Amino acid sequence: MSELKLIWDWETIKQSIKDLLEQAKQRLPKRIYEELETKLKETTSKYGLTPEEAKKIIEYVLQEYDNSLIEPAEPVGTVAAQSIGEPGTQMTLRTFHYAGVREFNVTLGLPRFIELVDAKKEPSTPIMYIYLDEEHRYDEQKAREVARRIEFTRIVNVASEVDIDLMNFSIIVRLDPVMLEDKGVSIDQVKKTLERLKIGEIEQSPNDPYTIIIKLPPTESISIMDLQKKREKVLNAKIKGIRKIRRVVIQRIGDEYVLVTEGSNLKEVLNVPGVDPTRTITNSIKEIEEVLGIEAARAALIREMKNVLDEQGLDVDIRHLILVADIMTQTGRIRQIGRHGVSGEKLSALARAAFEMTVQNLYEAAASGEEDRLLGVAENVIVGGVVNVGTGMVEVYMNPQPLRQAAEQSRG
Amino acid sequence: MPKSTKRKKTFNILEHELVPKHEIVPPEEAVKILRELGVRPEQLPWIRVTDPVARMLGAKPGDIIRIYRKSPTAGEIVVYRYVVGY
Repeated sequence: MSELKLIWDWETIKQSIKDLLEQAKQRLPKRIYEELETKLKETTSKYGLTPEEAKKIIEYVLQEYDNSLIEPAEPVGTVAAQSIGEPGTQMTLRTFHYAGVREFNVTLGLPRFIELVDAKKEPSTPIMYIYLDEEHRYDEQKAREVARRIEFTRIVNVASEVDIDLMNFSIIVRLDPVMLEDKGVSIDQVKKTLERLKIGEIEQSPNDPYTIIIKLPPTESISIMDLQKKREKVLNAKIKGIRKIRRVVIQRIGDEYVLVTEGSNLKEVLNVPGVDPTRTITNSIKEIEEVLGIEAARAALIREMKNVLDEQGLDVDIRHLILVADIMTQTGRIRQIGRHGVSGEKLSALARAAFEMTVQNLYEAAASGEEDRLLGVAENVIVGGVVNVGTGMVEVYMNPQPLRQAAEQSRG
Repeated sequence: MPKSTKRKKTFNILEHELVPKHEIVPPEEAVKILRELGVRPEQLPWIRVTDPVARMLGAKPGDIIRIYRKSPTAGEIVVYRYVVGY
């Protein structure tokens, strides 16, 4: 009868192997530990486990974990380079891809990946995904309201023509009612914008409300050039919106409306009312670094690289990408990984000579009396040394003392 | 000193989903951590004093910042960055 009593509940087991669990918690990554604990709990209630069995399982898991860790001196950078490089050869060179039906194009594939790794200041197609707050996210009309607040609108965008009237010394702005409606701009707003320019008196044409006349102050010496410049100024006058955001499209993602923009200005968009600033992102890594810091930039870099590869149907382990992002953000700034490696300059003259312009590099190194510590791979291959990688990294040191003692002891 | 004198309606970047939790490690603890890891502080990854998050925390050059990153492979992972003033 006593044998049947051997059904343990998880809490009791947990109590009896407390120390081992604590040790596992210290050594294992959070996710693995949590999985281990839930699995043990499940198994206990389903099939029954004794504390000894549970202990065995944890020990196995710890052992397996240690076995799966990367070996010291493993050239992880080279492995990452190869693991990204090989699938990279299968990526499309096609720069543009049409996201959606009539939406805009986005740089994807190899050009985008190069852009990320090169730490370019601005992506060739800057895009923002602007999420909206609780109030605006479920209603298209309200989403449009926020979109209008964000879209950068100038006089050019709402005018059908802007002419210079030399006879009356004025600039005539003819507004397009359709565009006004589309951009959500009123004639009063246009008038106010023009007034802010302070180049002349603003007058609405009496027979057409959509025609606005700017009467320039009568001066004697005004050239055509000056008038042209004034016209330019009128065309580019900002009515509303955020600088750099050229176009806003409302897209439905899941059950909410999201604004997708052409052009990016994270700093200002985050403070626009109606925007959910906690989720809003841009594809410009540089901007993320400036606004949200280096850690956010690192996370964004990984996300962007993963997206590019996923989109092309390439399966690269995310750890390689994490390594790349870690190296790029190591100095607290985004550093590029270019043709010449991470920092852009190699210390070793031999390594530089092995790469390109062999003679010139050697000549210059000799002329300036450079020293080579033979620390890298290429240098050691050249001189026939042992490469500082894997088992080549360790050196054997011997302490003769214990050896001598052992010898003496065996002699008696 | 933390920068709280800014205009009040600006968004707190620490709430952004891309920004992991950062905290300044007290000096006594920092010494212990460095000994455990067997590194000098400058061998840690760096973070600039002018980094937006470092500024929010009011970090000074020489501080060590603990970061609780969300990791796709390990769930959560703790890393450190050394505050540099360049």
